[in-house]
Amino acid sequence: MAVLEVSDLRCGYGKKKPVEIVHGVSFSVDRGEFVCIIGANGCGKTTTLKAMMGLLPHAGGEVLVEGKPLSRMPEHERARHFAYIPQAHTPPFPFSVADVVLMGRTPYINKLAQTTARDRQIAYQALELLGIVGLAEKAYTNLSGGQQQLVLIARALTQQADVLVMDEPTAALDFGNQQLVLSRMSMLSRMGKAVVMVTHDPDHALFCADRVIVMDAGRVLAQGTPAECITTEMLARIYGTDARVVDVELDGGLRERVCVPVLAR
Amino acid sequence: MVAQAPEAQADAKGRPLPDAPAAQPGARAGAPAASSAAEASAREERLVGELLGSIDARADADDAAVREAADKTFGSKVSLKVKLLILLAVVAAFFFSFMMGKYAMTPVEVCQTFWAHFFDPANVDPKMDRVLFRIRLPRVGVVMLVGAALAVAGASYQGMFKNPLTSPDLLGASAGASLGACLALLWGLAGEYVQLFAFLGGMLAVGMAVWLNRQVDYDPTLGLVLAGILVSTLFQSGMSMVKFLADADDKLPTITFWLMGSFANVNAGDFLVSLLPMLVGFVILMSQSWKLNVLSFGDEEARAMGVKTRSTRLLVIFASTLITSASVAVAGIVGWIGLVIPHLARAIVGPNYKVLLPCSMVVGAVYLLLVDNIARLAMTVEVPIGILTAILGVPFFVVIFKHNMKGWR
Repeated sequence: MAVLEVSDLRCGYGKKKPVEIVHGVSFSVDRGEFVCIIGANGCGKTTTLKAMMGLLPHAGGEVLVEGKPLSRMPEHERARHFAYIPQAHTPPFPFSVADVVLMGRTPYINKLAQTTARDRQIAYQALELLGIVGLAEKAYTNLSGGQQQLVLIARALTQQADVLVMDEPTAALDFGNQQLVLSRMSMLSRMGKAVVMVTHDPDHALFCADRVIVMDAGRVLAQGTPAECITTEMLARIYGTDARVVDVELDGGLRERVCVPVLAR
Repeated sequence: MVAQAPEAQADAKGRPLPDAPAAQPGARAGAPAASSAAEASAREERLVGELLGSIDARADADDAAVREAADKTFGSKVSLKVKLLILLAVVAAFFFSFMMGKYAMTPVEVCQTFWAHFFDPANVDPKMDRVLFRIRLPRVGVVMLVGAALAVAGASYQGMFKNPLTSPDLLGASAGASLGACLALLWGLAGEYVQLFAFLGGMLAVGMAVWLNRQVDYDPTLGLVLAGILVSTLFQSGMSMVKFLADADDKLPTITFWLMGSFANVNAGDFLVSLLPMLVGFVILMSQSWKLNVLSFGDEEARAMGVKTRSTRLLVIFASTLITSASVAVAGIVGWIGLVIPHLARAIVGPNYKVLLPCSMVVGAVYLLLVDNIARLAMTVEVPIGILTAILGVPFFVVIFKHNMKGWR
């Protein structure tokens, strides 16, 4: 059964004069599936993502998480199904990494906000899983962008959510950290987490997605495997640019499919 | 999937990041060092699967080793020494405040008077008893309450507005309370009414800011800040108008002195009257400390973690306004406490609101008590406390800022 089913989702911004940005988007995500949403700036990727998590009101359509409608879910229960991994940014105060990761327990914590041994254990194992136990006592604000992103992934795991949601997680990371974060996420999806990620880089979708959703002007233009969706024609259509999708043979018989932009000089 | 190849390279390059869990000692997979990258990644994957299974299992797992490591990692980081030092500072400031004054008392006399008052009524020295219990004790109590209140409200606002330069009068609480008090003074009402008007004025001003923000459909925190600026301006203009209309020989000086802030005339009644709103505010803010941590990461992230940000914000605003208005009502405008003290507290115990809020309260209480002692003793006439907190606040802030800077960025 699909862990997440989005059907005919419509949404937008503004309370008094709402502007609809997403006009009926449908897709479903299975457990252990890595789904990438690509599309041009302003096509409604991020809006779809936020509405899917219940952070934006819906103008129509339905979202089912494990068969339960999102619209009737209280906040804390919603947060047990979706964990949001934002782009790493710096909060105003130097919280320790341990503090930040433990914040993932927010949807489970009681009224008095006392963490239990089990809460701490979960947070510790999340640190362990991402190999960042050594950072626990450091100030989150002093970490590099890549380390901050790993901490936010650990926080999301601590949230015990079924679906990990990411919006451009790698936009501010260097080349090596982009690969690091993506391969961690791809491993988590192989271990059973559903991952939905918005990305600007079709190479990232080729690198880690099981399925790609191509959006254009608030609608789903195509969805399927990366091979089906990321083609020279599709890139020309959504980005209006000339980029070739080619297979490259690497040492040791590895084959990689990559996008090569052809610059007009 | 081809995820392993770049990662294996990354490991080989010895990246500064602590990388794969497989590279960690004490990994419970327990396999010998892998001979090939493929084997290593298979092992890593197994370990990740095992950990993820354990994280996601909702039942209580019983792994003593993990539990111990987790408790060590996430336990309180405030050392016993710091706790003792804070306690010592409180006791010292408290005691010191009883000794000092126009009628100086030795430590022994202070102790004797306290003892006699409670346990040995036959031996009470009426003069000392009067000084201690009728004059100094209420004053010390009110000063500590106000110091704690302004500090804890400032700390809460700084987290909620994600801005370390926020003080509790951001949304117009002080301006509103001042206008209320000015009006009562203009009309020549009695002391209790001045306090009541000040309190209601503060609540009204912040209520207006919240209402204004709701009318414009805009970013929730930034909209509040803008509404707060508008409301503050409005109430400050009202205050200027009252001053302009006030009788320059009689009412105007009263208003001006009242606004400078003073604890000179507080009595036991003031302490009791301000205690209730203060306690309600303290309890509410303390109950929101975890959510304040999460809120300082931003509205969207907090909501994604299951916090009802709107109601949390309203609750924090209500509680902060309650205690700020009560402070202004009893003491006039005492600036800079709400801005400076949270930073000092953060330098002592770190930014986690669960310890930051209580620490801010204690530090705020002690700080204001010391400043009030200076106000009482520095000159033959008592210096208005609002002037002193501002004068002392600036250099104090520079020092904290200089030492704390590395922790912020």
